[in-house]
Order: sequence, then structure tokens, then C-alpha cells
Amino acid sequence: MRLAFILGETLSGIRRNLSMVVSVVLVTFISLSFVGAAGLLQLQINQMKGYWYDRVEVAVFLCTETSTTATCADGAVTEDQRLAVQSLLESPTAAPYVQSFEYESQERALEIFQEQFKNSAMVETVTADQLPEAFRVALVDPEQYAVVDELVSGMPGVELVSDQRELLEQIFSLMNMASVIAVSIAAVMLICAILLIATTIRLSAFSRRRETGIMRLVGASKTMIQLPFLLEGVIAALLGAVLASLTTWLLAELFIGGWLTEQYPGTGFIGGTDALILVPVLLGIAVLLAAVSSLLTLRRYLTV
Amino acid sequence: MIRFDEVTKVYDRRSRPALGGVTAEIQRGEFVFLVGASGSGKSTFIRLVLREERASSGTVYVAGRNVARLPSWRVPRLRQGIGVVFQDFRLLPNKTVYANVAFAMQVLGRGRAQIHQAVPEVLRTVGLDGKEKRMPHELSGGEQQRVAIARAIVNRPDILLADEPTGNLDPDTSHGIMDVLDRVNQNGTTVVMATHDHDIVNQMRRRVIQLEGGLIVRDQPEGSYRTASTEQVA
Repeated sequence: MRLAFILGETLSGIRRNLSMVVSVVLVTFISLSFVGAAGLLQLQINQMKGYWYDRVEVAVFLCTETSTTATCADGAVTEDQRLAVQSLLESPTAAPYVQSFEYESQERALEIFQEQFKNSAMVETVTADQLPEAFRVALVDPEQYAVVDELVSGMPGVELVSDQRELLEQIFSLMNMASVIAVSIAAVMLICAILLIATTIRLSAFSRRRETGIMRLVGASKTMIQLPFLLEGVIAALLGAVLASLTTWLLAELFIGGWLTEQYPGTGFIGGTDALILVPVLLGIAVLLAAVSSLLTLRRYLTV
Repeated sequence: MIRFDEVTKVYDRRSRPALGGVTAEIQRGEFVFLVGASGSGKSTFIRLVLREERASSGTVYVAGRNVARLPSWRVPRLRQGIGVVFQDFRLLPNKTVYANVAFAMQVLGRGRAQIHQAVPEVLRTVGLDGKEKRMPHELSGGEQQRVAIARAIVNRPDILLADEPTGNLDPDTSHGIMDVLDRVNQNGTTVVMATHDHDIVNQMRRRVIQLEGGLIVRDQPEGSYRTASTEQVA
């Protein structure tokens, strides 16, 4: 009875105040969608870290005819120089850091190159002798890149030691920046949402001041008087959060998990299922929003 | 039932107090008129009983409790024991007569069956049986005030406060309302009615507490409506 009455009051409040309630729904929807997008970016970063850190290698490129660095003074790498690098990588000094390594000939490099750029016109013009031979080294701990770099990079016949992780870090920092921007936009919009919910509750309380006045006089409890207004805010915010969750899920399922995965196979993208973890977060934020704005408002406009 | 002990209420330090040291006691079951000109402190008296205001000094006791000491979560309980009626009725315009009265029970969480039983009964008490489905704007002023009284007593309060309940009504209608209040009083409810309607006070011959400038200038059983000045002349 009590609950039915409170819900009835809430619904009638929403009906009388429909345009404000709709605007609360939309503002929370948009702001929480930004929060959701930031969440997806973070999930994607984690996913890629997990995926790529197992696969990243340090590439030790050996000299070619055209190399100009000091260690390549003798021109293209010689058989002896290559063996020296190989034995170093096999030596006990390197053993704690090196998990495995693989030699990549110029022909193999060309195959990989052709595979990677198969849609590009450049492929036709590149020949095997333009590409460096290399050792692909997998590290026990990818963080230990500097040690391997120091060991190998001074050796004659080694042109360049490059760490793929560095490239990934750049991508990650870009993605991090994007999520910071998304969160900033979300923060501003969330403030708007709080103020809007507060205004909505205030308007609603004003339009129902007769009812609440009578409720006070006949001795209705604080819960009975204030809960319908609080629920009005919570329901509107939750509706916004549901829409935002749906958007976030669709983004993850169709765009990231669908389209991007098709375009860039083998990158390790997240999908809709991964995004579900964000749903309770968004709903929680919505409830928190409504609670904060209710606290701001109810005490001022609906004292018992 | 209601006891004022040296109660002073100051709204604004620069002007004179609304009540300036009022002491009075109203027993259970009494019918008391609060009379006096506008601004004499009648409404403040009523607001203090309801704890809409707190006394600046002195103590207000309602049913033996110091209302200023009640924690705020107990205030609703206090108000459940007090019915209030106003000059302007304060009905909900979009609810029927029945729904207006039922509202007072719903907000206290009463059950449907209980409401179904109590509302027609109280509407009969105030002489409105058969008008359950009317909307407030379809009723005369007197009938609207009867609805307001029904709403005020449907939860069986011990005290009924009426702030100029006949202020908007013509004399005949006012007498009808007084009959209702009298009936309520005879059922054991303490009634405190603020008014400046001479005829009614003179006709009812009940206890009169006369306020003037925030002070009690007269407290007379079975009194009539006189101003202090006319009393001096007489």
C-alpha cells in the first residue's frame, strides 16, 4: 500500500514534469555515454597490452649495402659478424633476458613486407636486398629492452636495435589521451546533469506544493514526502544510464568487435561481452548523481 | 492537552514579538476560541502547536510533550495527533471529495480496506454523504470546508486546530460548519478555533482566549466576543 502510493506519486510527478524528466534522461544518457566510451578505451588498452606484450619483439637489424651508421663501416653484414651477434644472443650473458630469437633473412623480410603492404603500390618496387636481415628477439621481460639494446647495438654489423613496444606505448598514450578527453567532457556533462536533476526536483516540488503541504500537516513521514521526488530523479537518471549502456554495448559489439576486427584482424579487439562490465558502473554513477542532486535539493525545498 | 508556558515568539528582532510571554492551558475535550485582530498572534499560536515554528523562549507542551525538544523525525507523529483546517480549505483540485479525504490516510500508509471504511463514515459525520465523487470546484464554499474538516479528522486526531475556518463563508454556512465542529468536539476531540467572527463566538458561548498584540488580555469560560476596549467601556 505504502509502496504503491509512493510509486503512484512518483509517476504522477513524472507525468506533470515530463519535459524536464526527458531532459534529465538525455543529459545523463549523453554524459554517461562519454563515460562508457572512456571505459571502452581503457578496456581496449588493457586488452591490447595483454595481447601484444606477449608478442612484441626486439628487432636487431643488420647492416645492408646502403647502411650509413658507424657500425656498418664495412658495408653489408658479413657471415662472421652475423654469427657473432647470434652467439652473443645465445651466450649466458644474454640468457636471463632472452627468451628466444629467430633469424630473419632478406627473403623472409620481403615476404613479410609484401604481406603487410599487399594493398600498396610500393610492394612492386621493393626488392629483397633493400631490406635488412634481422634477429627477432623475444624477451623474458619486455621491460628489459634497454639491457639487450646495450649488449647488441655497439657490435659491428648491427645497424639498429628497435623495440616494438615503444611503438605500442605511443598508441596507448594516444588512447589514454582520448579517454582523458572523454572523461573530461563527461565530467562537465555530469555536472550539468546534477544541476538539471536538482532543478527538476525543485520544479516538481513546487508544482506539487499543495500535496506536500497537506502531507506535512497530516503527519506524513519524511520518507513518504521526499521519496517520490528522489525516485523521480533516480528513475530519470537510470533511464539515461540504460540508454548509455546500450550505446556503449552497441559501440563495442558492432564497431570495435565487428567492423574494426574485420578491418584489422589479429589485433585483439574487445567485443560486446567485454563492455558488459561497464553497465553496472554506469548505472551506479546514475544513482549517485540522482542522490547527490536530491541531497542538494530536498533539504532546501521539502523540509518536514 | 495543550500548555503554553511563558511562550514568546519573535520573528524579527526589530519589530515587537508575535507572542510576548503567553501562558495558557487547554484541557482535553475543551472547545476554545482564540480571538483577536489580525496580527494579534492567533496564527502564531497555532503554528507553535504544530511545531511549524519553535518558541523563541518559553515552552509549548502538546499532549504532555515539549514540542521544541522533539527530534525532527518525531514531528510527523505529533502532527498525526493534530488535525488542521484553514480559511482557504486547501483541497487538492484534481482529486474527488473521496480522494481528498483518502489522501490523508494514504500518506500515512493506511490500508485500502481501512480507508474504504473510514472515509464514508467521516463524510457522513460532516454531512457530505453522497458527494464522494464530486470535484472540489463543484462544491460550495461550505461544502469544501466540510471536506477539509473530514480530511482533518479522518485520522482521529486528539486535537483539531481551525484557523478562521469560517473566514470565507457567509453566516448561514458558517453556522453549519460550527455544527460540524461542535459535533467533532462532542466526540472527544479538543478544538481550538482562531476567529474574529463575533456572531459565532457569541452564539457558541465557549471558552474565549483573547489575544492582543501578542498578549492574552482575556481568558474567559463561556465568553463572548468583545475587544478589551469595549470591556473597559462596559
